[in-house]
Amino acid sequence: MTSLTINGKEYGVDASADMPLLWVIREQCGLTGTKFGCGIAQCGACTVHIDGQPVRSCVTPAISAEGKNITTIEGIALDKNTLHIVQQAWIEEQTPQCGYCQSGQIMSAVALLNENPSPTDEEIDAAMSGNICRCGMYSRIKSAIHRASASLQTSNTL
Amino acid sequence: MKKWTRRAFIGAGVLAGGTLVIGIAIRPGNRSSKVAGLIASEGETVMNIWLKIAPDNTVTAIIPHAEMGQGVHTALAMMLADEMDADWSKVTFQEAPADKEYANFTLLKGFVAGNSTFPKFIDETIDGVFLTAVKTLNFQITGGSASVRFTGQQAMRIAGAAAKSMLMQAAADTWKVPTEELIAQNSIISHPSSKRSATFAELAPAAAKVTIPIQPKLKSPEEFNLMGTSQPRFDIPAKVTGEAKFGMDVQVPGMKYATIKAAPVFGSKVKSVDTKVSSSQPGVKKILNLGDSVAVIADGYWQAKTTLDSLPIEFEATENSGLNQDEIMDRYRKAMDADLADGNLDKHFKDGDATNALEQAATLVEAEYQLPFLAHATMEPMNCTAWVHDGKCEVWCGSQNPLGVKAAAAELLEIDIDMVTVHNQLLGGGFGRRSETDVMKQAILIAKEVDYPVKLIWSREEDTQHDVYREATISRMKAGLDQSGLPIAYTHQFIFKHHPPEAADIPYSIPNQLIQYSSPATFVPWGNWRSVDHSTHGFLTESFIDELAHAAKKDPFAYRKNLTKDNSRFQRVLDLVYEKSNWGSPLPPNWGRGIAIAQSFGSIVAEVAEVEVGIDGKVKVHRVVCAVDPGFAIHPDGFIAQMESGIIYGLAAAMTGEVTIENGAVVQSNFHNYPVTRMNEAPKIETHIINSGNPPGGAGEPSTPVIAPAVTNAIFDATGIRIRQLPISKNDLRASIRPTT
Repeated sequence: MTSLTINGKEYGVDASADMPLLWVIREQCGLTGTKFGCGIAQCGACTVHIDGQPVRSCVTPAISAEGKNITTIEGIALDKNTLHIVQQAWIEEQTPQCGYCQSGQIMSAVALLNENPSPTDEEIDAAMSGNICRCGMYSRIKSAIHRASASLQTSNTL
Repeated sequence: MKKWTRRAFIGAGVLAGGTLVIGIAIRPGNRSSKVAGLIASEGETVMNIWLKIAPDNTVTAIIPHAEMGQGVHTALAMMLADEMDADWSKVTFQEAPADKEYANFTLLKGFVAGNSTFPKFIDETIDGVFLTAVKTLNFQITGGSASVRFTGQQAMRIAGAAAKSMLMQAAADTWKVPTEELIAQNSIISHPSSKRSATFAELAPAAAKVTIPIQPKLKSPEEFNLMGTSQPRFDIPAKVTGEAKFGMDVQVPGMKYATIKAAPVFGSKVKSVDTKVSSSQPGVKKILNLGDSVAVIADGYWQAKTTLDSLPIEFEATENSGLNQDEIMDRYRKAMDADLADGNLDKHFKDGDATNALEQAATLVEAEYQLPFLAHATMEPMNCTAWVHDGKCEVWCGSQNPLGVKAAAAELLEIDIDMVTVHNQLLGGGFGRRSETDVMKQAILIAKEVDYPVKLIWSREEDTQHDVYREATISRMKAGLDQSGLPIAYTHQFIFKHHPPEAADIPYSIPNQLIQYSSPATFVPWGNWRSVDHSTHGFLTESFIDELAHAAKKDPFAYRKNLTKDNSRFQRVLDLVYEKSNWGSPLPPNWGRGIAIAQSFGSIVAEVAEVEVGIDGKVKVHRVVCAVDPGFAIHPDGFIAQMESGIIYGLAAAMTGEVTIENGAVVQSNFHNYPVTRMNEAPKIETHIINSGNPPGGAGEPSTPVIAPAVTNAIFDATGIRIRQLPISKNDLRASIRPTT
């Protein structure tokens, strides 16, 4: 039995040495917001944070995250009624289409803004090009990141 | 059976069990009582099968389409609510159950017979066996860019208007005032001069007793309050919190996980596999030989996947096991040659005498184009959860065709269709792929072997290698120009005709035309791919007309404009894209500008691409200007999002999209070798809408066919190299090989 800390909560999970974090999060912890897209770190749909750093959970062994803080899409809102500034910007820009990639997009965007609160278009491209959106909503994702960045300047909380 | 009439559609009735309804049937007899049990709960009034009114005055639109990000739930609810003058803040939606009362056929044929176009795409989606079995058409499909065009126009708006009319009449009768003095607004009907008012919910019982309008009056565009506005989409909040439930996310108590490997060569069978589960396979429940595939059921996907990968499986060789892509294209060419020589070509369109006119031409232009197989690559890999128990079957999936799933399940298990329940989920991308039922059938066959629910998940590799593909094609085009450069003859020999049937038509006035096609044998499974045949013909027509313009030494914009003089909608769209793209303004060295226009699914779309081709041959699409006449954009922001989406989807295909066959199997397996457009490769897209007042056109597909030719025409402008083979990445565009001008 392995113990994982996800969104501040402890989960006892049964993971073999090679089992990716993605499947543990989805199937054993029931947190299905993190998505399976490719299984080889090509699409970014499975992005979660480990100690604040974005990782592709489909190629990260679950046991390697033991003792660390794992954050998924379900864990970024301040509380049930207060969305994260990035989530709020996503709604304001009406960003998602099918929505399947968006958990990963948002997790990558949050990580970017944590590092760089006012990224340029080029910096956004560099940080976000590992996340595929087959509905092609890249311009809205970019606008939403700029919007979140602007909100950050005024609210100063992320 | 009575004749189908509009009167029969809008019929009234009272539900058993004492719930008062204003039932509006869609066929003779009261069907509302049948569907009420499926959609209404205690205390709710079913206005008709398209809407219900709750005691708290909430209006719920019942939407018979799947949400795959196109915003259909929101747009259709807006159409209904607008006609009804409902308070938008009290309007919600519910996806209709997979039930034949919601079949599109009923909608399209029975509803306003004679006043609707029956889209061809539907014909080919029906399961033929099922069709024969029940002697009716049962499908509830989301595709063909049809939701707003058909369901919206012919169900939602009429249902909303009929409901409003009945509520108004109820108020007039109760208050003994003429209906003309009543105002309906925000889900309240009021009589200003007597200061009386009542909510929709309060009036609903009385409305049940009034004479039903035979032809409810629909609003004219000036009267729209919601249609033409961009209301926040219902589906978005849950998609930013991770709460949105896709097929992949279904959790059923007691569920196990399965994954599958189908024979790599289409049509091949499993020759041998050891299905005994060993103790060295922890968590593995069962290994199944399904004949054409092998599946593993386990406690989790990972155990199932690693076990499947480690299994030695032998597949039988077939006649196609040694076949490669070049041989497939070569066979197509030979079939085209033979059909031409033997006079076996099928006629698509003929006007005048093209063969003779070609001989009279001052200039002859000829081109052969080649297009690849394409996979859909939806973000969400194929998956389906099934539970077969007690003579019943429950299916959880994201489907563009839930009734087709229901029919397939019933047929597969040889049970009554009423014993099948389909729980449709959000779709993580559809693009036509999710109108198929292949993965659902597999899940049912697997679940049939065990007594617990099973979620079947395809790996990305399985998803890429067992898709249903946009066909690879070859096209041969010829045109003759007169002294002034105008075309006087046009011939086109293509292969494979699916739908829409008009896709190979050209919008240009050319007097002598002969368009013919062959249908060579192929073993690669075909499927609807965003915009279907328009995805090939948009590229073919718009590349070739560009070739003609250049052969005539004319500006490609002006050439198109001149040849569509009689089509005022085309003229306006061309003028708009010309203006917004600054057509003709100078560009930096190695940049080019290309234009393309096409009508598909009722919308006319022109795009101008600005492209840079580096001296190393690398293509960068900087900007795309899109002008579109969709008749009327019900939800402009959603419409713009669909245009952007269709452009990026088509751009990915144009730039690098290619599925190739080697030794009878698909070579590509995942995003590393089937690359798609990423953020750093995405152009800036500017969309401009013309609300021309024509019937609403589609949104989901019409921007896709034109992007490839807009880009390749721009590449020609930049380099002088004409791209006749897609994807673009197959072409050498280095500066050193460009023609000198």
